[in-house]
Amino acid sequence: MDNNIIQVKNLTKKFKEFIAVNNVSFEVKKNEIFAFLGPNGAGKTTTIKMLTTLLDPTSGEIFLNGFDALKEKNEARKSFGIVFQDPSLDDELTAFENMQFHAVLYNVKTNSLRQKIIELLDFVELQDRKDALVKTFSGGMKRRLEIARGLLHHPKILFLDEPTLGLDPQTRNKIWDYIKNLNKTEGITVFFTTHYMEEAENIAQRVAIIDHGKIVAKETPEQLKKLTKSTSLEKAFLALTGKKIRDEEVTGQDIMRNHRRMWRHR
Amino acid sequence: MNAIYILWLRQLKRYFRAKARIIGSLGQPLLFLIALGFGFGPIYQKAGQGNYLDFITPGIIAMSILFTSVFFGIEIIWDKQFGFLKETLVAPVSRFNIMLGRTLGGATVSTLQGVIVLVLSTIFGFRFHNLAMLPVALLFMFLIALVFTGLGTAIGSKLDDMQGFQLIMNFLIMPLFFLSGALFPLSGLPKALVIVASIDPLSYGIDGIRGALVGASHFNMFVDFGVLGILTVILLALGAYFFSKVQI
Repeated sequence: MDNNIIQVKNLTKKFKEFIAVNNVSFEVKKNEIFAFLGPNGAGKTTTIKMLTTLLDPTSGEIFLNGFDALKEKNEARKSFGIVFQDPSLDDELTAFENMQFHAVLYNVKTNSLRQKIIELLDFVELQDRKDALVKTFSGGMKRRLEIARGLLHHPKILFLDEPTLGLDPQTRNKIWDYIKNLNKTEGITVFFTTHYMEEAENIAQRVAIIDHGKIVAKETPEQLKKLTKSTSLEKAFLALTGKKIRDEEVTGQDIMRNHRRMWRHR
Repeated sequence: MNAIYILWLRQLKRYFRAKARIIGSLGQPLLFLIALGFGFGPIYQKAGQGNYLDFITPGIIAMSILFTSVFFGIEIIWDKQFGFLKETLVAPVSRFNIMLGRTLGGATVSTLQGVIVLVLSTIFGFRFHNLAMLPVALLFMFLIALVFTGLGTAIGSKLDDMQGFQLIMNFLIMPLFFLSGALFPLSGLPKALVIVASIDPLSYGIDGIRGALVGASHFNMFVDFGVLGILTVILLALGAYFFSKVQI
């Protein structure tokens, strides 16, 4: 138990009659890189929202870094950093200001906050753009800035919801380099979702696959391949979840996401 | 405390950086001021009511505050999905403080917008009745801003996409403005309209500003203050309640 930094027990989320997440239990060990995989609409994002205190579960328990994420919300929140699928930066503020505001919200107390922010911006190679407004940033730059921001309060866990979606291979590689580096040098536990199976295969030490709201597998990528007699994680994934295309119903959120694509060029 | 301050500061920084938006949002109040103020001025004068521009200016100030505040609250729909709001929701800050900081920022910005309209109206000939009452007028402007930012926050927290926005504009915000006595005196109206106007919270805000700036009020300025004060508390509480229930 003590070795598990994320502990999820019998987690369930119902939206009216629809069961999005159905009695899910899993744990992530300290210092692990953990991939959370699944087809569209399988319950990935719903789970990540519950883990990060954005959504209340219908039932079940979540412990982050030993804190009850439902009862000790603020303690749990201090324990993780998150990079969302949709950006959550303020476009009208500079990169530096976005970092500064984060420090205030998380009550980060350092004598050398400025120094710390510049170090982190340097880490994601955005130092020279620190005083530029975020609205002038490309999608990849925003993602990098969000990673730097998520690290500012020294989290024990980093959640990444499809961190490489829509990015070119150069940026994707760079982002995984940062993340692997963090995991190795700072001992940060990484929990991520992705649709790119080769990324999960290369980077994750363990993967969980969720389908129709239930966990169908929790193994190392190697074991999964062995179990399903597949040559790649992608094939193992298809063997476990089937080849049927999942047609998700469009929500208000998706409609807005489309509008956003029309109005803002990334 | 710091979180409230930083969220307030964020709104001000955003406001002053978007110069095009400031100018754009002044277009409508200026049009109303010029077209109605000068257009109906002569008739109003003939009817023995005095200077229409002086009468209408508080109404137009309130209008720009109303639109800015409500829109600001409704922006939550966007902000929670693609904006900075999501960042604040996972931060170790209470929902109430987030809502308070955001609302105070929005109300400050809306009030500033009203002040700009007031300054511009003097160019077109608006004259203060008593300059010493300006702080009272500013107080009423800020109260209007708080009431409607609270209302917008409550609405924005409940909606999931922008689909309902037109509905709210046409069936809530426009009637609030047009039935408030912003454009016409409330005395001598058909009974039904008087009743509607006296339910409309904006009527009291406009009446308060008018009392302070022009020296003529329909209700009583203490009544105006009392009604707005109570409504501010109610709507901020409502906004805070719905905002606390926001799930993404």
